[in-house]
Amino acid sequence: MSRNRVIPGFGLSLGYATLYTSLIVFIPLAALAASGISLGAETFWAVVSHPQAVASYQLSFGASLVAALINLIFGLLVAWVLVRYTFPGKRIADALVDLPFALPTAVAGIALTALYGRNGWFGQYLEGWWGFKVAYAPAGIVVALTLIGLPFVVRTVQPVLEGLERELEEAAASLGANRWQTFRRVLLPALVPALLTGFALSFARAVGEYGSVVFISGNMPYRTEITPLLIYSKLEQYDYAGASALGVMLLVFSFVLLLAINGLQYWSLRRQGGG
Amino acid sequence: MSIQVRDLRKTFGHFKALDEVSLTFNSGELVALLGPSGCGKTTLLRIIAGLEYPDSGAVLFSGEDATFTHVRERGVGFVFQHYALFRHMTVFDNVAFGLTVRPRRQRPSRGEIAERVHRLLELVQLDWLADRYPDQLSGGQRQRIALARALAVEPKVLLLDEPFGALDARVRKDLRGWLRRLHDELHVTSIFVTHDQEEAMEVADRIVVINQGRVEQVGTPREIYNAPASPFVYGFIGDANRLSGHAADGWAELAGLRVPAPEFGQPEPRPVTGYIRPHDIQLQTADQGEGVAVRVESVAQVGAALRVSVRIPDGDTSLQVELPHSGGGWPFQVGEPVKALPRAARVFAG
Repeated sequence: MSRNRVIPGFGLSLGYATLYTSLIVFIPLAALAASGISLGAETFWAVVSHPQAVASYQLSFGASLVAALINLIFGLLVAWVLVRYTFPGKRIADALVDLPFALPTAVAGIALTALYGRNGWFGQYLEGWWGFKVAYAPAGIVVALTLIGLPFVVRTVQPVLEGLERELEEAAASLGANRWQTFRRVLLPALVPALLTGFALSFARAVGEYGSVVFISGNMPYRTEITPLLIYSKLEQYDYAGASALGVMLLVFSFVLLLAINGLQYWSLRRQGGG
Repeated sequence: MSIQVRDLRKTFGHFKALDEVSLTFNSGELVALLGPSGCGKTTLLRIIAGLEYPDSGAVLFSGEDATFTHVRERGVGFVFQHYALFRHMTVFDNVAFGLTVRPRRQRPSRGEIAERVHRLLELVQLDWLADRYPDQLSGGQRQRIALARALAVEPKVLLLDEPFGALDARVRKDLRGWLRRLHDELHVTSIFVTHDQEEAMEVADRIVVINQGRVEQVGTPREIYNAPASPFVYGFIGDANRLSGHAADGWAELAGLRVPAPEFGQPEPRPVTGYIRPHDIQLQTADQGEGVAVRVESVAQVGAALRVSVRIPDGDTSLQVELPHSGGGWPFQVGEPVKALPRAARVFAG
């Protein structure tokens, strides 16, 4: 396999990659798992199945999924606008998309809380007129997670959209397809793998997010407490083993979900004849 | 269906892509739009297709104005240079696409669609590839699928933009003959764009030569080759020696070669440019009769012909001469003095 390649060094690069990912990713994760398991099976189960923990999983994964879905749709829209149209300030808009990457998420959390709080610009109307509570409610968590996940979808879809030839749309139109059919049957299928990647990244980022959520969620146990926050509060009580146990659960769930998304992606790529 | 275009103009910024182009394409004809790259031939094709709209002028389909009809309603089949196949669909689904996007009431049943797609795939001789994806096909196969896809909607006109431009020489040659036979079978009005004169000569019923957004000449391949209407056409179609000189009293003097020029009967000499095809020059040994004395510069055998380059002693002018070669030794050696006699030439003012 390694012989007669244009670029040699398969053995060396594989060895390096294995060592690197081991040091940076696998060993810390293994240490986490070991620390969690040190509790013993019964205590471990008691910690991870505590009703407060279960409520936090539901909130964390539920809010992350909703945020990733919102990003999937609006990220595609933003990417579409940035690729297909020219308008004044386009470059600035393009640069703004990356801002959530750079911003310390706590800052984003404070800003959102100020906006959506009872006296905030949006919050006073949403709550005053419609009685819709955003800050200190699950909706606020979704808002925060949507903000930090947006760049992932935009940045994965954008290059693929740029690479789609104009001729594909022209061919579809010359064959009698209307705009919706052209989008639905020609463009969208070509974008699905990139959309799934963006969705997975956005989702994974949201599950691990902590900084922006703590401010806007209010952190009420059973209601607006996400799993990372529960872990943090266990750490504050010097319950390292309990925190690790919750961390292990978070990892297992995330891993299964990401694996499922990867499977979907593989399947959609296969359907394009690329497999 | 016949197509007419009238006074088409199109500019991109300051670039004139089309400048007062008027043409008629007869029903059932196979016409080539031939010209160098950037001459406006693709723009003309795209305007006929409805993928582009002219700045002024009109496009008529069977006498009816279709200038601003949307490409969706025009009923044209368009084949792109780079195929533009839908990569996520099988060959079958690609060909069926035009039928499946029809409004439900006009859409044929599943069975009918399947039957029609298979008939088309048989027509392009690729029925066995129905379940493959475009990425698994060769370039020539992809282009044939693209053609089948365009034919599926039973277009009144077939438009092909450099259909063989992305293929290698061998495949191009095969597909040319195949396209001609296909057209003879279907008789749908077809227009194809090419920059390859050989392709145009071999395939088309008529050729439209375009240069810098203007029509230079329209005619059958024979007419275009034997009676080029302008210096551009002469130079573009086939090889030609280009010689400048003067003409008077019905004769032109081109770098020492004397050729008849009946259009220039006036007594005072006028500057002209003459074109002589390499195979229209005769070479004779130096001691024999007429012609201008030249010296052989190089000899090369190309297929069944000998390409001889000779230098006219009075200047820096070289002449390319093509002689039939019947095997055996070469009749002329490098450095040998010979005589060159033009048998036919075309002289243009300027």
